[in-house]
Amino acid sequence: MAPSGDSETPIRPGGVSPAGSPSDRSIRVRVSEWLDYRHGTIFIMPAVVMILIFSIFPLAASLIIAFSRIRLRAGGYQVRFVGFKNFAKQIFGSEQFHFLGAFKGISVLGWVFATVLISLVLWWFFRWMRVRFNVLGFVGRLFLVAIAIGLILMIAATVLSGTRFGTLGTTLFYVFAGCSVQFVIGLGLAFLCSQPIRGKTFFRVVFFVPLMITPIGIGYAFRMMADTTKGPFSPVWQWAGLGDFAWAADAWTARIFIVIGDSWQWIPFIFVVLLAGLENVSRDQLEAAEVDGAGRWQIFREITWPQIAPVAATVMLIRVIEAFKIVDLPNIMTSGGPGIATESMSLHALFAWRSLDLGQSAAIAYLLLFVTVVMCVSFFNLVVLDRVRNT
Amino acid sequence: MQKSKIRFRGGVAAGALAVGLISGVAASAQDYSGITINILTRPGPVIAQRLVERGEEFTAATGAEIRVNEVPFAELFPKVLTDWATGTNSIDVGVIASGWAVELVGGGLLENLDPYVAADDKIDIDDIAPYFREFNQKIGGSTYLITIDGDFQMLYYRTDVLADIGMDPPRNWDEYMAVAKAAHGRDMNGDGEADYGSCIFKKRNAQSYFAVMSIAAGFVQSQGTSEGIFFDAETMKPKVNNEAWIEAFNIYKATGEFGPTDELNHDIGDTRALVTGGRCALMIDWGDIGPLSIDPDGAAIKDKIGAIIMPGTSRVLDPATGKLVDCNATTCPHAIDGINYSPFAAFGGWSGMINAKSDADVKQASYDFLSYMNQAAQSNVDVTMGWTGYNPYRNSQLDNYDNWLKAGFSQEFAENYLGAIKDSLNSPNMASDIRIPGAAQYTGVILDRELARFLAGDITAAEAVANIEEGWDEVTEDFGRDSQRTMYRLSLGITN
Repeated sequence: MAPSGDSETPIRPGGVSPAGSPSDRSIRVRVSEWLDYRHGTIFIMPAVVMILIFSIFPLAASLIIAFSRIRLRAGGYQVRFVGFKNFAKQIFGSEQFHFLGAFKGISVLGWVFATVLISLVLWWFFRWMRVRFNVLGFVGRLFLVAIAIGLILMIAATVLSGTRFGTLGTTLFYVFAGCSVQFVIGLGLAFLCSQPIRGKTFFRVVFFVPLMITPIGIGYAFRMMADTTKGPFSPVWQWAGLGDFAWAADAWTARIFIVIGDSWQWIPFIFVVLLAGLENVSRDQLEAAEVDGAGRWQIFREITWPQIAPVAATVMLIRVIEAFKIVDLPNIMTSGGPGIATESMSLHALFAWRSLDLGQSAAIAYLLLFVTVVMCVSFFNLVVLDRVRNT
Repeated sequence: MQKSKIRFRGGVAAGALAVGLISGVAASAQDYSGITINILTRPGPVIAQRLVERGEEFTAATGAEIRVNEVPFAELFPKVLTDWATGTNSIDVGVIASGWAVELVGGGLLENLDPYVAADDKIDIDDIAPYFREFNQKIGGSTYLITIDGDFQMLYYRTDVLADIGMDPPRNWDEYMAVAKAAHGRDMNGDGEADYGSCIFKKRNAQSYFAVMSIAAGFVQSQGTSEGIFFDAETMKPKVNNEAWIEAFNIYKATGEFGPTDELNHDIGDTRALVTGGRCALMIDWGDIGPLSIDPDGAAIKDKIGAIIMPGTSRVLDPATGKLVDCNATTCPHAIDGINYSPFAAFGGWSGMINAKSDADVKQASYDFLSYMNQAAQSNVDVTMGWTGYNPYRNSQLDNYDNWLKAGFSQEFAENYLGAIKDSLNSPNMASDIRIPGAAQYTGVILDRELARFLAGDITAAEAVANIEEGWDEVTEDFGRDSQRTMYRLSLGITN
């Protein structure tokens, strides 16, 4: 019978097991040192794996879908690679009117608008090149200038030339008009509530409530309230002589009502974050400025604003990213109508998905991602980082 | 087809329950204990609620549990298709539009019901009106669906208002506009407010495209049902970029002049609320308005409603030139008094279909339940109740007035209402809804979107139909022109 390995292993003094040999100890030490050195990576690994599974993988899968034509069949999918066709259809093909707008030439007003704005963009670009040129910044800004000129021409050729823009223009309207209104009102309310007024705790709670309501509920509530013929405010509309006014039948009033509903929901978010910022402004500096005879506007501009600007930039960045994804309100309030006037890019993608055109839906979603990233990176670079560099 | 609120008519429902337990289910004598049937349909109470109630009866008689799952209308088809195509198979029965079934049959996802029907001695298949039996329930000659709702769009009018203005129910669109104009602005329900000459739903992503198809049918189709209103059956070229569809678009938009100011944002539910509130002189709808007029909420229009076949036209499409030409014996062989009528089977009706991958005993139980819903003992009662959303589809429902009188119809209105349905069903020029793969994309997406843009003033009618033609061609190419042509011809009953 062959001897077992164990019986042949010499027993060392002190009863140290074979595992405790110098070479084994050195492996253990090395593993321990490696674990010690890599503990950060190891601890973060589960989170990274989760993100890869639930975020990156769907992103990659939807990218594949964006370049494919998918048909559901018995037993699964039939996938056909179509290259850039889904994107081309949106930008140059039969869906161009839907995504970019209907182009029928540019009016005089459109040309004036485009000339002025493009000149301003180019002036900004060349000024930057003269003062602070660097290769990376040049490439980024060149990219931004190209997109800005494209958007300016799109606006000039559509809304300023008698036709309507598509879901890209509508989304940008929701983002810029909505976020501007929300920032101004949110800042104003936060400023008021930071003052020593009676019942400010009550107002803080009241102003915060809309943020907790589901967007679908807000959509239905605003649809009812804005109904001039049978809504709860119908008598008010009638009294104001607007009983025959149909907000949902006009492209701009419909868009504006959606911005109002969106603002009602999101002003509290801006309000609560800016209020926290305002309450952290140094009292000593404010009092010193008052003692020095500074006016209220001067105090706000020179002391308050510089201190809350980083908070304001962050909250607006978050808000802008969120605003690009608007889908609930236009879906509930107008179903994207009249025509396609209130259809955002997210809603556009949803409608494509509902009709089982998964390739188009994914392509639109990627175009939205592209626009959002360009806008937000530009905002971060040109507003936030610029400010950091200046200080 | 739809209705916004539940109207539970306790007495009638209790009676129906008793009748059901005694007749159809009890006779089946099958024991399905331990079997669960998952049904997917639109949100209730319309369509879904009656499935729940009849399901309870079926459970009491057979032991099978009926679970009715509801999703928004626009998500019904994607949900059924993805569930069945990906092998999830969480749904055993889809109660959806019959037109959507063609795509499911093409994918081998639906159970062929021919053997089940052959072995069913209670369904009385010959009592189902020929259109629903031969077109709605069958695909390629085999039965894949069981009808539980028969759909046609008709014109409804207020008898009292038309009597006041001294006009007859409109027979064509010129007369429709004349009546709408004369009635518009009158107080029709005594609340002191001006009411509307015409009410037709026009909201995007709802069901407005069915109304424009109903209008177009009379202009496009004149040679009989096999002509079709969507494509040239030989080449599969869209038959939409022509004067007939342009005329239909323009008429549809023009009716808004005599409707509510916010009609562009009205879906069928909003329009029905106005109709039952007594605020409309003319309206286009499925068969629901009849039973809704005897509902407690329809008190303002009880015994004041008349129904008539959809208006026709004296000018029809010449397919060769794309122009409208005057009716004569050649161009309008089915015309009545010089008017070409083409009632449109909008949507076809809610129908039940069974997942081919469900277990055999579940499939048998599912079929028995659909048969139970369809049998005259149950359906002849269900169609008389407005809130169910079920409209007549059996000869016995159309010929026998007893159930209608019991439900609260007057003899005169029962004759008028059922007469209008029979006129539509019996028309040799009845227009079939689109029943080929991609049906939802052709109409629910492309036609609906271009119609909405036209109504909003973004584009002209000519631009809209040109865009639709381009969009339809893309869908046809995507699915394959030859296979689409074959399916389209089959859907029109062309077999050679």
